[in-house]
This record gives sequence, C-alpha cells and structure tokens, in this order.
Amino acid sequence: MNAAVARLFPIATVVAAIMIVWYGFTVYLNAPWQIEKYEKAGIEWQMEDLVRDTMALDRPILPAPHQIAIEIWQTTVEKKITSKRSLIYHGGITLSSTLLGFLMGTVLGIGLAVSIVENRAMDKSLMPWIITSQTIPILAIAPMIIVVLNSVGLTGLLPKALISTYLSFFPVVVGMVKGLRSPDPMHIDLMRTYKASRMQLFWKLRLPASVPFLFASMKVAIAISLVGAIVGELPTGAIAGLGARLLAGSYYGQTIQIWSALISAACMAAILISIVGIISHITLKRMGLQQ
Amino acid sequence: MTAETSSNAVINANGLCLTFDSSDGPVHALKDVDLQIDKGDFVSFIGPSGCGKTTLLRVIADLEHPTRGSISVNGMTPEQARLERAYGYVFQAPALLAWRSIERNVGLPLEIMGISAAEKAERVARTLELVGLDGFGRKFPWQLSGGMQQRASIARALAFDADLLLMDEPFGALDEIVRDHLNEQLLELWRKTGKTICFVTHSIPEAVYLSNKIVVMSPRPGRVADIIESNLPDERPLDIRESKGFLEIAQRVRAGLRQGQV
Repeated sequence: MNAAVARLFPIATVVAAIMIVWYGFTVYLNAPWQIEKYEKAGIEWQMEDLVRDTMALDRPILPAPHQIAIEIWQTTVEKKITSKRSLIYHGGITLSSTLLGFLMGTVLGIGLAVSIVENRAMDKSLMPWIITSQTIPILAIAPMIIVVLNSVGLTGLLPKALISTYLSFFPVVVGMVKGLRSPDPMHIDLMRTYKASRMQLFWKLRLPASVPFLFASMKVAIAISLVGAIVGELPTGAIAGLGARLLAGSYYGQTIQIWSALISAACMAAILISIVGIISHITLKRMGLQQ
Repeated sequence: MTAETSSNAVINANGLCLTFDSSDGPVHALKDVDLQIDKGDFVSFIGPSGCGKTTLLRVIADLEHPTRGSISVNGMTPEQARLERAYGYVFQAPALLAWRSIERNVGLPLEIMGISAAEKAERVARTLELVGLDGFGRKFPWQLSGGMQQRASIARALAFDADLLLMDEPFGALDEIVRDHLNEQLLELWRKTGKTICFVTHSIPEAVYLSNKIVVMSPRPGRVADIIESNLPDERPLDIRESKGFLEIAQRVRAGLRQGQV
C-alpha cells in the first residue's frame, strides 16, 4: 500500500501542477473575449463571474480540463458506439489502422534489417534510401499516398495503414540492424570455432541478441504509427477517425472537440506503449535477459 | 627426428610469421616461431602483453592466418582442424549467451553439430559435473558468479570431446582465491582426461603450477624467447608453489622474460 502511494505521489503532484497552470491559462486566455461580451451586454461583472464564465464557454480559446472531461464522457459512455459522434467509434477506426500499419511496419522493418545485415550490397544500397525516406515531411506525402491509392481503387483502412507503415518501419530497421550486429566479436569467433553455418549464426546468435533492441524500437514504432494514422485521416475529407474529429473540430471552431480528440489520442498512445512494454518485459524475463 | 615428432605432435609450427597492417606501419605480431606441442602436453604461453601469445593461440584455432611459415594441428592445416572440430576454445571472458541457461549454453556446440537431444543431455550433464556445476544447469549466466561462469565456459569447450583445449587467459579476470581453486580443478581435469592443453597467461606462478612445458615469449616482434620443460611431479598440491623445484622453474621463466625485454 505504502509503495503504491510512494509511486503515485510524484505523478499526482505533477498532474496537480499541470491542472493549476491549465486552469490559470483558461481564465487568462478566454478573459478578453468574455469581457467584451460583458461590455456589449452592459453587464457589471466581478472577478468570480469572469472565472466562472471563462470556464463555461461554448467555443473557448482554451477549454478547461473539466469541460474536456465532460465532452469525453458524453461522447464515449453516453453515446452508442455506432454513432458518428461516438469517440469510441472514431478511436476504433484510428486504432485499427494504427495496429495494421504497425504490424506491417514491424514486419517490413525486420525484413529490411535482416537483408541489410546479411547482404553487403543491400547494406550499401538500401540504408541511404531508408534514411532519405524519413526526411520527407509526412504531412506532405500523406495526401499524395491517399490520392494515388484512391485512384487505383484502394480506399479505407489500407492507405491510412500504409502511412503508419511508412513511419513505423524506420525505427524498427535502425534498431534491428543495431541489434543483429550487437553480438561481440568473441561470440562470433566462438561460433566460428564450432563451424557454425551462416544460418546457425543468425538463428542462434544474431536474432536472439537483437530481441531487446526490437522491443525498444517497437515502442517508438507504435507511437508514431498512431501519428501516421491520424495524419492519414486528415486528407480523406474528415470522414472518420480521431484525425477526422480534429479536422472537423477545427473547421467549426469546436475547441472542446479538438482537445477531447487530442487527449484520447494521447491516452491511446500511452496504453499502446504500455502494452508493448509489458510484452517486452515478459519476453525478456522469460529469455533470461531481464533480472 | 622429424619422423619421430610427427607421430606424436599435436601442433607443429615452423618459421611462423604474422604481420598486421596498421596505420603506423606493419606490426610483427609473430616472428619466426618454431614450436612443437606433443599429445597430452600442458603448455603455457607466457609473456608481457603484445608478445603475440594470444595471436599464436588464434592462429592455432584458425581465427588468424599466418603471413609466412607453416603450422599443422593434428597433422592438418588449422582450417581443416577447425572444420573437424579438433579443439575447444576458452576465451578471456566467459562469453556465455545471456539468453540461454547454463545447460543450453554448454549444449550450444552440440546443438550446432546436430547431436541428438538424448546424447546432448547426457554429455551436458557429464561436463557440468566435471567442472563442478551440477545442479546449476537451469540457471541463467547472470545468476552465477564470475568464476562459475568461466567454469561453465570451460564445460562448453569440453562438451564435444575435442582432444585439444585452447585457453586464452581464462582466469585473468578472476580474484586470486577463485583462480587458485580453478587452477587445481583444471589440473585435475587434465590428469583425468589426458587432453592436450594450450594455456595463455601472464602469471608466472600460474604457468609454472599448471604446465609441463612453458613457452616464454617476448614482444616486438612477438617471438619465442625460451621453452622450459618442467620436471615437477604430475601430482601438484597448491603448496608445491613454495617448493625449491617450483621456485627454480619460476626463476628461469622470470629470467627468460627479462632477457626478452632487451
């Protein structure tokens, strides 16, 4: 019990500090507009009125945390999942393309890393392209991927997932190349004294040695897969997904809706990273790599 | 003489040279090394760092290639000998695979050789017992002390029953007490198995205590300064290190090392 309190206390302190600052800014940023409203209506106002009213605006510049919490509650628990206004519906759509993109990115990343480590020509020819691919801003290339794939008849989940793949394969390649090359020369000499074949060297030494690197990369990959999925939803005309909620919110100045989509996306990222972290912990523990 | 030597020689080197190219010119790691090691010998290679003792061991193991001269291992080239799995190699560090339990580490060479599971289990158990690690098979390397890890790596080198054991400063990183203990065990193992052992060290007492032949090497260029045959009895309690015979041999080794310095 005490241990749990000791762990939660620092987190709670930080959250409390953020809340205080946030509420402070809510009043500060929304005050000019609210004051203008009072003056137009000719209302006498006190400081406490201002504080109360700036936290209850329909389209605030910065919504108060409790407004976002209420919005999230109303669009998750109080809406049917099938409703177009349900955040769970939109979140589910984003999640499915995140996961598909992450899966494809991981597989692609591992494949590329293996070919880079096992083949000198691939090492020389592929790596520069892989690095170049990440220097192109995703916001610029995402609409083109969507449009091009649409024109060849691919719509819906796959084009969005491909944007996630485009982002998430990179950390996996970099991490896996490092991981597959991580065995020290002594281990490689050791395998040589046993007359181990190239395949044996790979399966018994390189691959197991790379597992901790793979999990570290996957934590980064799943987070940017989510970013990719949201970016991929922006140019589709804001039909569905958290990205669509963000875009629709900004069209109509619905700041509360934008913030609730943002907070949901952040929570989703945190949960996804934790899941990868837990799988990593269990796997490494079973492999004897974590004490 | 050659006819007689070839029958018994496990390792035979003639005029062996090895030169590394480095940015500041060639480094003569080995120069004109002539050496013969007979079956059942326990040979120590001793010398200051840079004298080529590890390089020589790596040449025998086909991990380095000589630039000049000839060397045979079991009457074959080092490469053939390696492909025949003629030797077990123990490195300076235990070099155990962290994700394998001790028994799976010891079984690794057998796994690579494609030996059946039943025979593998039997051999692993036998070699773990030989190095005094029975009961630790299911532990992971990090759960064992440094000395135990090094014993596991010796067990791994013994697991596939090669007649030749190459050991590169295997106890260099261990403390004196553990080292004494492992020296005793290694000697007993040698007597029990009759293997040929090449042992690299930079400790004079260790070299004299263990071997029946001490190869003293000197640096720049790496060459053999002296070869000392030991007449100590096979049965060697630790306190033999205080005996007159022991100190005399140690004295000769020291003299050989000093001579090589000039």
